[in-house]
Amino acid sequence: MELFEILTSAAFWAAAIRIASPLIFATMGELICERAGVLNLGIEGIMVAGAFAGWIAVWAGLPLWGGVSVAFMVGVGLGGIHSILSVPFGLSQHVVGIGLTLLATSATFYTYRVMLPEVSTPPKIDAFQPLHIPVLSEIPFFGPALFQQTALTYLAFILVGVVSFTLYRTPLGLAVRAAGESPAAVAAQGLSVTAIRMGAVMVGSGCMAVGGAFLTMSAFDSFFFDMVNGRGWICIALVVFGAWRPGKALFGAILFAAFDALQIRLQQTGIGAVVPYQVFLMMPYILSIIALIVMSRRAAVPAALMVPFNKGER
Amino acid sequence: MSGVESAQPVLRLQNITKRFGSVTANEAVTFDLAKGEVIALLGENGAGKTTLMNILFGQYTADEGTVTVFGKPLPPGNPRAALDAGVGMVHQHFTLAENLTVWENIVLGAQPLHAPRLRSGAAKAKIRGLSEEFQLKVDPDAKIGALTVGERQRVEILKALYRDARILILDEPTAVLTPQETDALFATLRTAIDLGLSIVFISHKLHEVMAISNRVLVLRHGKLVAERPTLDTDRAELSALTVGAETSAPDLAPATPGAALLTLCDLSTSAIGTAPGLRHANLTLRAGQITGLAGVSGNGQAALSDLISGLVTPQTGQLKVAGDIVTAWSPRDAIGQGIARIPEDRHKTGTIADFDLTENTILETYATQFSKRGWMNWRKAKAHAESLIETYDVRCSGPDARIRLLSGGNMQKLILGRVLENAPRIILANQPVRGLDIGAVNYVHGRLAAARDAGAAVLLISEDLDEIMRLSDVIHVISDGRLSSEFARGTMQPEQLGVWMAGDGFEGHDYAA
Repeated sequence: MELFEILTSAAFWAAAIRIASPLIFATMGELICERAGVLNLGIEGIMVAGAFAGWIAVWAGLPLWGGVSVAFMVGVGLGGIHSILSVPFGLSQHVVGIGLTLLATSATFYTYRVMLPEVSTPPKIDAFQPLHIPVLSEIPFFGPALFQQTALTYLAFILVGVVSFTLYRTPLGLAVRAAGESPAAVAAQGLSVTAIRMGAVMVGSGCMAVGGAFLTMSAFDSFFFDMVNGRGWICIALVVFGAWRPGKALFGAILFAAFDALQIRLQQTGIGAVVPYQVFLMMPYILSIIALIVMSRRAAVPAALMVPFNKGER
Repeated sequence: MSGVESAQPVLRLQNITKRFGSVTANEAVTFDLAKGEVIALLGENGAGKTTLMNILFGQYTADEGTVTVFGKPLPPGNPRAALDAGVGMVHQHFTLAENLTVWENIVLGAQPLHAPRLRSGAAKAKIRGLSEEFQLKVDPDAKIGALTVGERQRVEILKALYRDARILILDEPTAVLTPQETDALFATLRTAIDLGLSIVFISHKLHEVMAISNRVLVLRHGKLVAERPTLDTDRAELSALTVGAETSAPDLAPATPGAALLTLCDLSTSAIGTAPGLRHANLTLRAGQITGLAGVSGNGQAALSDLISGLVTPQTGQLKVAGDIVTAWSPRDAIGQGIARIPEDRHKTGTIADFDLTENTILETYATQFSKRGWMNWRKAKAHAESLIETYDVRCSGPDARIRLLSGGNMQKLILGRVLENAPRIILANQPVRGLDIGAVNYVHGRLAAARDAGAAVLLISEDLDEIMRLSDVIHVISDGRLSSEFARGTMQPEQLGVWMAGDGFEGHDYAA
């Protein structure tokens, strides 16, 4: 059975983890924003900007981690625009988010053309290479599947732990969760809802941008216009799928990535000769819709998500 | 004054003035609070009590004046500074996050945000200690959403005590409590006073003010109009001071009950969110009679009100209107049967905020009375609105005003007019006077009594026991979706009703779960 062979191959799972990595970064970013009460639909544009910023920084001579930092800072800046409009000004988060996606995407393409006016094919950089972890990467099956990834992939998994610990085990995380549940409670305890929400949106947007940068700096080694290709929207669904919990969202990201890796391989099997390839391309999306329906029936959406808070009003 | 030390005041408000647009909410309010003292802040709704306390707590910024706590001026507009100075506030509308636990709500903001991790063990231990000391029983690990209103209030008080509050501000703390819970709250407050805390107690219930305070301050239209040591005053004087001019509650003649207009027979409905549905409820609404429904909110009132409005249908049991068993039941059917509603929330379900008065008065009748062959007759609708404004004394700029610009009392008068104009057979009055001042309360009550005398069956749902006992000919108590049997006017004391409201009267009766 071809399916069985695919599912038991270490290469398949290594690919799934690799495909999941940018989703994990961006999903954690979106989750932080939404836990604080802000829906960040700028995610798609922020990922595009992050993908470009990290890559161009390395092309311009910065080290790889310098490029990641630049991407993060670009995300923080774009998140700053979002948060000023959506938090203190209290504008519609849908409109602000979509607007930011359009702005960030167009500004990225514009910058690309300004910086590289003559090129027909974008230049390549020396991207992150797989990092073999001593001992662990030697384990049969699990070694090649999990422990021969690039440093950014390991960082994605570390990020899940950090976000989870911060949200549930620190006073800061409690304040973020409370800001998404009842901003009035946060204000009554003497904390600034505005500062907490703006901070969460900026840090979350930074994570999204790193997710974008993974595409140009680890998955590939160059920048293309349609690279992000809807991954941001998938991450918004993954946050719902994960019921706003980091661990469950990580599971969702890996599940989606596994379906994506699977459909590529199925196209090359006997079935692929009969069924049009577009059906395989649809597969992860159809399955994620089904998974969403099943999983998110009783999801605990933050009570104050998308509700602006104005001090001094009732 | 009873055991109050006359040293430096712990709290001093000087010349506090606050304006919202053209409305002056507080005008030059000045008072002191001594250590161990309880001040009652009395006043009608809209007199500026809550605004004043929100300024003190830093949630609003005063236009003029200063707040001094323990001799130090408090920076304006900064709740954190107020908390740090020892001021704790129990808001009328609780500020709790429902999906978080009790201890998380209490600890929120109490540990610095840059601290590397939450100290949950120490926090819970401190909460348990405070619970013990102040008789505030609550499980630190429970989610707020699972708590009763009384328990949530205890969490609010614990929040203040956890941060070492020396001055407690309680904004209408008893509005949502049963009489027994109120007694428990007062016991807690007395413990606090014995430990040297000072309290500002906001209320408009005179007997509570007399029971707990050392001194009474009366606010009227934002101004401090009187100050009395509690021992030197009485309820009659305070009542007159609060209202200013005398208005009297309507005198109710004994009812002459007629035919049963609406009957629930062993009727159950599904739950609404966390609130229970009705459980095997029996109820009869008779013509010419006001039926009062007492109970703590969230015990099935919403289910009953939705049922009568036609928003939900019975799961089991029968609903009879004028003796006939109802088969099809929708809001349209309910309106067709002559059921008129004063909804619980006049802002959300009673009116459409950005529609004008004309549009709001014809929400139920636009299709039948104000249109012809699919065209609206706006001239007729406007004339109709004008006559309602005139008849029901709605203060507004005219029928073209958006209804959101009206005060609560005037909005309610318009709803009342909309309800009464078609001579309804059954009137569902759900919290009809919540948030209204005494003048408007008496007006609404008078109109409801008049409708009763004209032969309507009135169901009055209220959390205010005084209102229920004053107006109702017969009383039912609702608790956890169960309805008590009928008590005739004058046969029950508030304490007895309180036992039922707490769910304790139902044993020994045949109330299946």
